[in-house]
Amino acid sequence: MSKIIVMTSGKGGVGKTTSSAAFATGLALRGFKTVVIDFDVGLRNLDLVMGCERRVVFDFINVINGEAKLNQALIKDKRIENLYILPTSQTRDKDALTREGVEKVLNELSKDFDYILCDSPAGIERGALMSLYFADHAIIVTNPEVSSVRDSDRILGVLNSRSRRAEQGLEPVTQQLLLTRYDPERVEKGEMLKVDDVLEILAIPLLGVIPESQAVLRASNVGMPVILDEVSNAGLAYSDAVGRFLGEDIEHRFVTPQKKGLFSRLLRRSA
Amino acid sequence: MATVSSASQVAERDVPFQLRGNSFTMMVLKVFAPTSPDFFVQLAVKVRQAPNFFRNAPVVLDFDELPESVVFDLDAFVTQVQALHLLPVGFQGGPQPVREAAAAVGLTPMPSGRAAKLEEVVKAPDPRRQDPQQQGQAPIPAPQVLIEVVHRPTVVVTEPVRSGMRVYAEKTDLIVTSSVSPGAELLADGNIHVYGALRGRALAGFSGDTNARIFCHSLEAEVLSVAGNYRVSEDIGSDFYKKAVQVFLRDGVLSMDLLKTG
Ligand SMILES: Nc1ncnc2c1ncn2[C@@H]1O[C@H](COP(=O)(O)OP(=O)(O)O)[C@@H](O)[C@H]1O
Ligand SMILES: [Mg+2]
Repeated sequence: MSKIIVMTSGKGGVGKTTSSAAFATGLALRGFKTVVIDFDVGLRNLDLVMGCERRVVFDFINVINGEAKLNQALIKDKRIENLYILPTSQTRDKDALTREGVEKVLNELSKDFDYILCDSPAGIERGALMSLYFADHAIIVTNPEVSSVRDSDRILGVLNSRSRRAEQGLEPVTQQLLLTRYDPERVEKGEMLKVDDVLEILAIPLLGVIPESQAVLRASNVGMPVILDEVSNAGLAYSDAVGRFLGEDIEHRFVTPQKKGLFSRLLRRSA
Repeated sequence: MATVSSASQVAERDVPFQLRGNSFTMMVLKVFAPTSPDFFVQLAVKVRQAPNFFRNAPVVLDFDELPESVVFDLDAFVTQVQALHLLPVGFQGGPQPVREAAAAVGLTPMPSGRAAKLEEVVKAPDPRRQDPQQQGQAPIPAPQVLIEVVHRPTVVVTEPVRSGMRVYAEKTDLIVTSSVSPGAELLADGNIHVYGALRGRALAGFSGDTNARIFCHSLEAEVLSVAGNYRVSEDIGSDFYKKAVQVFLRDGVLSMDLLKTG
């Protein structure tokens, strides 16, 4: 049986898609057969971040509607063994996501895959609800600011009341926090919330802290999940988080400002 | 048991009946997708988990979550619910056509929201304590209505109360053993206790009880209210922020005291 993970947040633009791409890649790199599904019907970002946008012929919605077979829509990653992408439609809307349709596709995928990762759209409407409904694990993507924390809190409530596990009285969906776009310098100046402030409100285990990093934009511009950038802090932080997800005990890093070397101080002064 | 003894009292008093107020706990079936082919499959699974608990249990159908545009055969729906040995007795909310159809099949519209205050419902004079001035006149038999005050169990919440959630302890107290997030709302007709941080809204004495109080472990609330007398976070004052506090009405004014801890 495969495990279903939802990457969710409530709020948009916090890094769900970036994190979904990184996580799916990280799980596949560790040998797990993984598929990442784009639930953001109408926007379609995941295939861009994964660098396979030119290979999309059929999509998730086609499969739900019976217009294509699952293996026609699944895209195999060119870089990494064991990694597949199920892109979404850019022309339909979220009403195309029926619970029965989603369930059918997930059931079929779970015969073949170790992990199914669902990249949720923003909001708490249909698309977001469908992406979290069948989840076993939820990764809550949050930025260190008040409105993002509030929305994450809201999503946690939804997971506890409207997921399949909640509705059927099963073991609850496990919940972990991925704090992204964390800028230790701005945190120190009091412009952003500290890790502890966020944890105090959300009260769920911390899976990882991903620093704000230029590498993320660079990577997504070339269609490469940032976890493959092994010299960037963000890439390393995602790699750590995947390890923790799999039960490894890894210390958190990139949480405090880095000591600036002479070189970067000079650069900054001249900039 | 209570029914037996009051029945014998009735016989002794030689009156043919007795009207009493009582409260019943009923299950609410929140209907999200009545046309889903899974609906009754899943409901049957639920019922099978505790057949004795559900057998012939009265349920209120809650249609509040249904979209305005919903179309379904309510009559057939109710029949299918009955087929699982549940007894739909009433309904709540829903689009107008659904409400009409529900009333047409004999379901009772249930009031949603706050409970009526018992004192106002019945204020019948006690025939045994008549006004002495009226003694000479022919006694007018006043309708004897007895209200039995039934103890309602306190509502206890152990999970965090998240933003967007609302918990209402109707006609009773509310105890939350974890924290209450900003954007969450606690309502109780009685007292509210929070054994964690209270960061959302807390409204005690919601139906007007001016003796209700709010107790919390760490006061960081957005709004506090007792019987409609409220204060917003700006007016709470730094002396009480993040402290263990009780909130109550002192001469009709919302007041706060630090709780002695340790
Ligand atoms: N750690 C990070 N550092 C810098 N930029 C980031 C980081 N994570 C995400 N971003 C940027 O934030 C924007 C939104 O990210 P995305 O993953 O699309 O969010 P979502 O899917 O939650 O809407 C993108 O432009 C992305 O490049
Ligand atoms: Mg996205």
